[in-house]
Amino acid sequence: MAGAGGGGCPAGSNDFQWCFSQVKGAIDEDVAEADIISTVEFNYSGDLLATGDKGGRVVIFQREQENKSRPHSRGEYNVYSTFQSHEPEFDYLKSLEIEEKINKIRWLPQQNAAHFLLSTNDKTIKLWKISERDKRAEGYNLKDEDGRLRDPFRITALRVPILKPMDLMVEASPRRIFANAHTYHINSISVNSDHETYLSADDLRINLWHLEITDRSFNIVDIKPANMEELTEVITAAEFHPHQCNVFVYSSSKGTIRLCDMRSSALCDRHSKFFEEPEDPSSRSFFSEIISSISDVKFSHSGRYMMTRDYLSVKVWDLNMESRPVETHQVHEYLRSKLCSLYENDCIFDKFECCWNGSDSAIMTGSYNNFFRMFDRDTRRDVTLEASRESSKPRASLKPRKVCTGGKRKKDEISVDSLDFNKKILHTAWHPADNVIAVAATNNLYIFQDKIN
Amino acid sequence: MSAEVPEAASAEEQKSEHSMHPWSFQLSIPNNLEEMEDKVTSPEKAEEAKLKARYPHLGQKPGGSDFLRKRLQKGQKYFDSGDYNMAKAKMKNKQLPAAAPDKTEVTGDHIPTPQDLPQRKPSLVASKLAG
Repeated sequence: MAGAGGGGCPAGSNDFQWCFSQVKGAIDEDVAEADIISTVEFNYSGDLLATGDKGGRVVIFQREQENKSRPHSRGEYNVYSTFQSHEPEFDYLKSLEIEEKINKIRWLPQQNAAHFLLSTNDKTIKLWKISERDKRAEGYNLKDEDGRLRDPFRITALRVPILKPMDLMVEASPRRIFANAHTYHINSISVNSDHETYLSADDLRINLWHLEITDRSFNIVDIKPANMEELTEVITAAEFHPHQCNVFVYSSSKGTIRLCDMRSSALCDRHSKFFEEPEDPSSRSFFSEIISSISDVKFSHSGRYMMTRDYLSVKVWDLNMESRPVETHQVHEYLRSKLCSLYENDCIFDKFECCWNGSDSAIMTGSYNNFFRMFDRDTRRDVTLEASRESSKPRASLKPRKVCTGGKRKKDEISVDSLDFNKKILHTAWHPADNVIAVAATNNLYIFQDKIN
Repeated sequence: MSAEVPEAASAEEQKSEHSMHPWSFQLSIPNNLEEMEDKVTSPEKAEEAKLKARYPHLGQKPGGSDFLRKRLQKGQKYFDSGDYNMAKAKMKNKQLPAAAPDKTEVTGDHIPTPQDLPQRKPSLVASKLAG
């Protein structure tokens, strides 16, 4: 993974200058529900970028190679493949409507010419193989070039079919379907560093799968109480450690993270480490638990740290210290005085994701009004940027945005009450090595690049 | 704020669904004077007071986790396979269970037939991201 020599980001120089690169998706105001992007993920090399949407479709973009004749298109992402991953279902037995929305996509490390990814909706995980076909066999004996069968009695000579080049065709085919293992809604999938197994987590359980075996999975975490009346917390996210194949973490709706070691027992109900920040009991309010619910957890590339996202902040934890995070970054603290309204319009339950850059020196997460936030861990500087069509001129620099909380609003600032809470950036992704980021703004995908890049 | 916020007098009725809200079990709003003083200094507590003023019944349901259970039940639709199969078989000699005369809710007396079931068609249109 990205080390000191990775990408175009010299160690210590963290003055990113983000520029608009591309935007994908329709411009019209009327957003069809199916077009809302629900997940964004780069593959291990960063050459492929996958998106999933509420309509169950996956679109994969591929980065263009450097081309001297078209220097400006270097690094551009263009459509590589698109397919329908999941379809809506109705479970008649449980009277459940199963959405086709893609909750998560996770790439497998590349082992041959084909690419593999896991995509999941609420109930079923699928392994997709994306392969290229650029040759076609011609000169069959028993059929014509257009496929019609030849009359065997008219064949007077035998020939050996030869391979001829053809226009590149990218095919996606489902290779494995991992179904019927989750009673509750799947929120996370994570591929293990052993490249053979992966975990899937729902609200109350976490299962371990082998990529080759679809009819069995091991339950490794079960927090379902015997009496559902006693239910106090649910699992919100889970991830495998990037290097230690026996370690994974899962976060809860109560703002805690449990680290589990699969070597200690088959059922990891007892955690090995428990991460929780102590709370001042006098500051507790009706909203405390709701806003402490962790919506995303991500290990750093180094494996030394993990990052959690709750409603108002992003926290970085050192795996060696369970008592409190080592860093806390405020995403949109000004919303603390708006919690009543945010509860009424359900925005308080929005699940924001977060991500690390390749060298773990910066982190990014989304906010409202199509704003997203970046925090530089070395310089302690942060910036608010906006994904909008207005600032979409090719290679135009993004101007930092500022939200005004007090009385006097300066020019170019936006007041809290003017923020559009329907424009939420929940999903962002950072290229594993370079300073290229993908930001999903409802039905549009923005790609930004660092000028130095 | 651009997002809609119910301001009308019937906000409380609109919010009745929210009284079943997942987090309602969490409420333990203290009433002592100290907390009222905190109202001034803590924005969060001020917001809490606002919420309590609008929905006084919020959080008074004892125990359990209505919230979490509601979250776990996402996607639940009304469907009774027994009713459905009987309607499908068109049993002539038996009366289909009729709703009690005083029932006003449709779900009580509506026997789903194959035509009524939600036909969720998959998106046949390609994603606009690929356009």
